[in-house]
Amino acid sequence: MKHTLSVIVQDRPGALTRITTMFARRGFNIESLAVGPTERAGVSCITLRVDCAQHSLEQIEKQIHKLVDVLRVTELAAGEAVERELMLVKVAVPPERRAELVTTAEALGGRLLDVGTDAVVLELVATPEEIDSFHELCRPYGVTDLVRTGRVGVPRAAARRRTPRRLAAIN
Amino acid sequence: MRMTGGDAILRALEAEGVEVMFGIPGGAIMPTYDAIARGTTVRHVLARHEQGAGHMAQGYARASGNVGVAIATSGPGATNLVTPIADAWMDSTPLVCITGQVRSTLIGTDAFQECDITGITMPIVKHSWLVQDARDIPSVLRAAFHVARTGRCGPVLVDVPRDLQEAVVDVTFPAEVDLPGWRPPTKVHPLQIREAGRAVASARKPILYVGGGTLNGDACGELLELAEAGSLPVVTTLMGKGAFPEDHELHFGWPGMHGPKWSNLAINSCDVLVAIGARFDDRVTGKLAAFAPGATVVHLDVDAAEISKLRDADIPVVGALATAVGELAREVARHREEGSPAPDAWLAQIREWREEFPLRYDTGGEWLKPQTVVETLQRLTADDDVIVTTGVGQHQMWAMQYVTTVRPRNFITSGGLGTMGYGIPAAIGAKAARPEATVVCVDGDGCFQMTAQELATAAVEELPIVVVLVNNGYLGMVTQWQDMFYEGRRSHVDLTGGVPDYAKLAEAYGGVGLVVTSEAELEPALEEALRLGKTVVVDCRVDPAEQCFPMIPSGAAALDMIEYTSSESERSVA
Repeated sequence: MKHTLSVIVQDRPGALTRITTMFARRGFNIESLAVGPTERAGVSCITLRVDCAQHSLEQIEKQIHKLVDVLRVTELAAGEAVERELMLVKVAVPPERRAELVTTAEALGGRLLDVGTDAVVLELVATPEEIDSFHELCRPYGVTDLVRTGRVGVPRAAARRRTPRRLAAIN
Repeated sequence: MRMTGGDAILRALEAEGVEVMFGIPGGAIMPTYDAIARGTTVRHVLARHEQGAGHMAQGYARASGNVGVAIATSGPGATNLVTPIADAWMDSTPLVCITGQVRSTLIGTDAFQECDITGITMPIVKHSWLVQDARDIPSVLRAAFHVARTGRCGPVLVDVPRDLQEAVVDVTFPAEVDLPGWRPPTKVHPLQIREAGRAVASARKPILYVGGGTLNGDACGELLELAEAGSLPVVTTLMGKGAFPEDHELHFGWPGMHGPKWSNLAINSCDVLVAIGARFDDRVTGKLAAFAPGATVVHLDVDAAEISKLRDADIPVVGALATAVGELAREVARHREEGSPAPDAWLAQIREWREEFPLRYDTGGEWLKPQTVVETLQRLTADDDVIVTTGVGQHQMWAMQYVTTVRPRNFITSGGLGTMGYGIPAAIGAKAARPEATVVCVDGDGCFQMTAQELATAAVEELPIVVVLVNNGYLGMVTQWQDMFYEGRRSHVDLTGGVPDYAKLAEAYGGVGLVVTSEAELEPALEEALRLGKTVVVDCRVDPAEQCFPMIPSGAAALDMIEYTSSESERSVA
């Protein structure tokens, strides 16, 4: 089962390393990872995608919670959060098929970023699942480079300001 | 106040109430040692190896309940502290390690004696700091002590570049700690306590499974109240030994690999298992699925991450143990007053098992038995305030079985990491913490040789300890496993027993050496050693074929226990 964790940390040297070290040491796998600043100065958000059983997720949350630099850890539960990812893809598409590819991309919300003689670069901001399908669509045209940021997310607008989801064992 | 970074370190230690620190100077920490030379109220004990300094700080912490402090230089000085840090991490010992670092301008250049000690220790510390500005030294040390001793205790590391120790800066010493991300639990949830109280009071076959967290959380008095209020039988783990008086009628031994059969039978048959500051370590549980099968688990711990880590807790209680156990005691007492019956039949059953399956070993052969050594030591020290430390291996297990610890913080050992060589430096640290107590290190000959150089520290710093060396000439526990599980193929376990001459070595280090080769010599030698008030090594030449029983093989269920086999029959097999 896949889970997205949003970890709010104080922006201190080693804060990210402490989290990834904990994952490595306890044998948990990180599927994607995105780090960036938040609305508060000196506070960063680390969005982690992990594939694990519910029992392991609780253990991961509790272990992260113990780290001194971590201010808050919450699970962005499916359906309760908006999640997005950015993909940049370079496709070696011959000029005669470009229009077709670009039309498809634009239909899915993608954008043409750069055009060369042998290839084009496209951008797509979408849910990770939509990005997966767009990647599949591009593949037959000849994908030469592809990068993804890893997903980020926030609770839905309708969601009330959440107190951090209480861990099962913390009373 | 204007001062050097080194002085700021010392003033910060003084402000924390540190009385003793353990360390060795070297290049990158010299400005701080210069500050020590210029004057401080903190006693510095000069170790002979940084690992020794670290274990001394651990022994100090465990004997006193205060944070232990170790100090070392960069590079090899710092890496030599890694084993004590890992040990403190596994056993939750509050420890602050201060290391010098190369000048901040040289960091990252592979400078002389540079190593990334914060990186190396990251998985085994609660937190660490590489100080970036000398003005931060007071607040960093304030935070370091706070993190080490609050919540679940453990090690922290503060790495200070040499130029910051030299820098003259304006510093202020903060009264408060500014750590918004560090929030150990402060309250205990009353509903959980109520539910736990109901389960415990109505249990027909309850057991209190007590670990080292009870000592770290200063909850021993509350534990006694709980056990007595409910007439609840107590087993203490190796780390929990001493948390409950072992001469109390409700104490029923120690669980796990070398625990007595009656203790393991009791856990195996209980209906409510109350884990208090214990973490279901594999050396306690053996095969996890077969540990206390079917029991309702009540788990009290200050660390939420321990709850349901290995064994699912039916009733979790997170909080400081002194509060949690105290409240549970009152709850159980209330239930008893309201008529819920004490588990008298269950207590009788465990006592019956204890009669039926006592710890035993053969005596009367040509060899002195290691168990006799520990039993005699126990008999001679029963009425005194004696702190026993150990190394790791057979002698440690015999110490667990035959030393009766009646006071908290009087049994100090390396449990989780199993660090051979822990005993001697830990004993020295314990002596520094409690000079009025007699400190005895029950050691093995393998362990002894890993940290024997600290005998010099004991002699020179006038921190006398008695080392009772259970000398069987082998890496005993490895030998036992080779004999039991590797068809007796002995692979590199023979230490000879004669090299070094331990008694002469003791003399060379400024102590006293005594040799015991028979039962007749044992008692007079131990009496003398305890009387001298000096650092003494009593080299007890014991039966090399004696094995430690009972034993639950690694990964086996508690009931697959192997009981005592006489060394005579073992010898004929080997």
